[in-house]
Amino acid sequence: MTFKSWTRRGLLAATSGALLAFTALPMPAAAQTPPGVLIVGQIAEPKSLDPAAVTAVNDFRILVNVYEGLTRYKSGTLEVEPGLATSWEISEDGTEYTFTLREGVTFHDGTPFNAEAVKFNFDRMLDESHPYHDTGPFPLAFFFGAVEQTEAVDDLTVKFTLNAPYAPFLSNLAYPTGLMVSPAAVEAHGADFGRNPSGTGPFKFVEWRSNEAVVIERNADYWGEPAGTEAVVFRPITDANTRVAEMLAGGIDLMVEVPPTSLSQFEGDAYTVHEQAGPHVWFLILNAKEGPFADKRVRQAANYAINKEAIVNDVLEGTATVAAGPTPPAFAWAYNDELDPYPYDPEKAKALIAEAGAEGAELTFYVTEGGSGMLDPVPMGTAIQADLEAVGFDVKIETYEWNTFLGEVNPGLEGKADMAEMAWMTNDPDTLPYLALRSEAWPDKGGFNSGYYANEKVDELLEAARTATDQDERARLYREMQAIVQEEAPWVFVANWKQNAVTNERVESFGLEPSFLLHLQSVVKN
Amino acid sequence: MGSYILKRLVSAIPVLLGITVIVFGIMSLIPGDPATAILGAYATPDNVEKLNRDLGLDKPAMQRYFIWLGNMIQGDFGRSYSLNRPVLDEVLERFNATLILAGTSFVLCAVLGILAGVVSAARQYGWADKLITFTVLIGISVPAFFLGMMMILLFAVNLRWLPVSGMYAIYGGGDLPDLLNHLIMPALALSAVATGVVARLSRSAMLEVLRQDYIRTARAKGVPERRVIMGHALRAAMVSIIPVLGIQAGFVLSGAVYIEIVFQWPGVGRMLVDAILKRDLLLVQGGVVFVAACYVMFNIAVDVAQSLLDPRIKT
Repeated sequence: MTFKSWTRRGLLAATSGALLAFTALPMPAAAQTPPGVLIVGQIAEPKSLDPAAVTAVNDFRILVNVYEGLTRYKSGTLEVEPGLATSWEISEDGTEYTFTLREGVTFHDGTPFNAEAVKFNFDRMLDESHPYHDTGPFPLAFFFGAVEQTEAVDDLTVKFTLNAPYAPFLSNLAYPTGLMVSPAAVEAHGADFGRNPSGTGPFKFVEWRSNEAVVIERNADYWGEPAGTEAVVFRPITDANTRVAEMLAGGIDLMVEVPPTSLSQFEGDAYTVHEQAGPHVWFLILNAKEGPFADKRVRQAANYAINKEAIVNDVLEGTATVAAGPTPPAFAWAYNDELDPYPYDPEKAKALIAEAGAEGAELTFYVTEGGSGMLDPVPMGTAIQADLEAVGFDVKIETYEWNTFLGEVNPGLEGKADMAEMAWMTNDPDTLPYLALRSEAWPDKGGFNSGYYANEKVDELLEAARTATDQDERARLYREMQAIVQEEAPWVFVANWKQNAVTNERVESFGLEPSFLLHLQSVVKN
Repeated sequence: MGSYILKRLVSAIPVLLGITVIVFGIMSLIPGDPATAILGAYATPDNVEKLNRDLGLDKPAMQRYFIWLGNMIQGDFGRSYSLNRPVLDEVLERFNATLILAGTSFVLCAVLGILAGVVSAARQYGWADKLITFTVLIGISVPAFFLGMMMILLFAVNLRWLPVSGMYAIYGGGDLPDLLNHLIMPALALSAVATGVVARLSRSAMLEVLRQDYIRTARAKGVPERRVIMGHALRAAMVSIIPVLGIQAGFVLSGAVYIEIVFQWPGVGRMLVDAILKRDLLLVQGGVVFVAACYVMFNIAVDVAQSLLDPRIKT
């Protein structure tokens, strides 16, 4: 046999062999997901399924289906309604909250949900001497930092004593950090509780295959309406392009956080695109302590100079709306809807700059490459740079990776930069302004007011709103605060993000919530 | 032979120690700390300080290095804060997936590369040579992640022959055909560049050998062409091919990082990228040290193999 004939025959044999092997493989597995099982494409592997130990929305999306809190957000709003607590009373001075718990609720491990269980949850998080405090760390425990003492009055009554009146307490209880875990399961698994979760929710935990999937199934003993699907599978798919490809190929039924540029792929009857504005605001912190932005007129000029319509429509492809002030409209009850966004008016901006004598000022602008809630920060940053240069500023961008960026911005912009990108997602209208606009929240005092804005009236309003227990009174105070802050322009208010998700035609009754949490109880998968 | 291997193993110890110093140093120097990464927007100085204390990061760097090294020598790689499980469990599990992917790619690149090189050398300037040279050029030039995305688009989204991503089907999978089904695309995409490099090198190594006098002698004696190529020439050419295979093994391992992200392969590369972004110090350090140790061992194995093939290299 010559070499020539050997290769040709060999090649033929090898090719046909390969083809045969290839066609013999079970192909359709790729395209079909089973009925009754909802497969969700997540953006990352969860860190833990212990609600007290995690901080990421990605993890919360699983948790809110397995656990419940004393309160929860009323569907479609950010208003608080009863959850595992059926009612509550607040003392006159706003420092004592007494909750009546729902009767007949059990955890997935069979142990009863009662006042002792609630006490265990809060003591574990807040009391450093608690025997299970070492199952932490609990990074968001400060949400309940005002809680002095938790007391089980009787089996179904629990009383919290706060060290000062703290109005966001009820909505913090609805936040995932306040979800109730089974004390028996924590005692049984210790630090591994996060991989062996047990709650009271409509779904119970089945298994967690590392880097592949978290599986939860319908809780047959649920106290309320049983879940619409037999099971839900959360798959971590970190690469956005791959997530889109999985959705198109039918490997997942529901995909969250669709990149704006990929939305056009899901037009047509086979898919439904869901959108929901949430408690998110994307803004520029302006350095009000030094440099050109120390002058209010220049800060206002920046608000006029930036074409926010173009940013939300062109850069973000319509996945956000223009922000009017510091509070997102999703907080409907506290939002001041009389405020209109600063219009795009470069001429007015130029006039204000001339008035302040800041023509041609050099600005250092901190931009991040990406980060939680930051949307598309580099293209947004360059669009902003172009708009500011068009009115005569000389803008120099400095770009940082997210963690480095936070390390530069959070300690304050003084001596380093004139402006910086920032975005926040919160659960109460108190959080962001209280932590980032008060003069008591300057970085050296432990807050996030990195631009050193200070206004006595705003400080007063925010303190009063935090201690007022009447919601209408709180709303009035927040509205007044928004009007002042908008006029004084410590930030450039840019965008409010609309969270999105795509479902395929086999998914029914799905809707996004303003809280950005993913409630799947009523979803049906055919 | 035994003393040669021992000598190489002993010389690996300072290399590995050096790696621990470098990894620890880099992770200490990069800006941002785990507490900031965990707390995100809520990273007030108070919260950061408390969390760093809870994570045991409030000690001086030197002290932390020796604690880490001491624990590691005893087999304790610590606990990953971002995954909330022991680092070694995670690394071993992930490394297993990477080995399957990189191992398959390595075998593919070695077999296909050498075969292509031999065929094109044996048929220099023939149609097969031209076709192979052209294909190889494309293989070397196209970035692996791009090739991967294009494969997903064609074979998974449009034709729906293969699954897009992952290692096993979520339901009804877990067996060998299921694994192969998921492995085909990433393994091919990952091996493309290495195959090209091996093919080009094998071709020139073979051409070099084929010009030697003893090949002419063999042909003159009437040895069949197939035996001349596979027996005489390839065997001699392997001496220069094997070290390149060793280097390619390293490339395949590092290239696995992109491919694992594109195909969501649950391997150690993807783990390291995630861990770096989350500033998961112990996971990054443990993962890098483990991969580096494997790489060092693999190189020793290649050197030993080479010394077996070519007695001149011994000691």
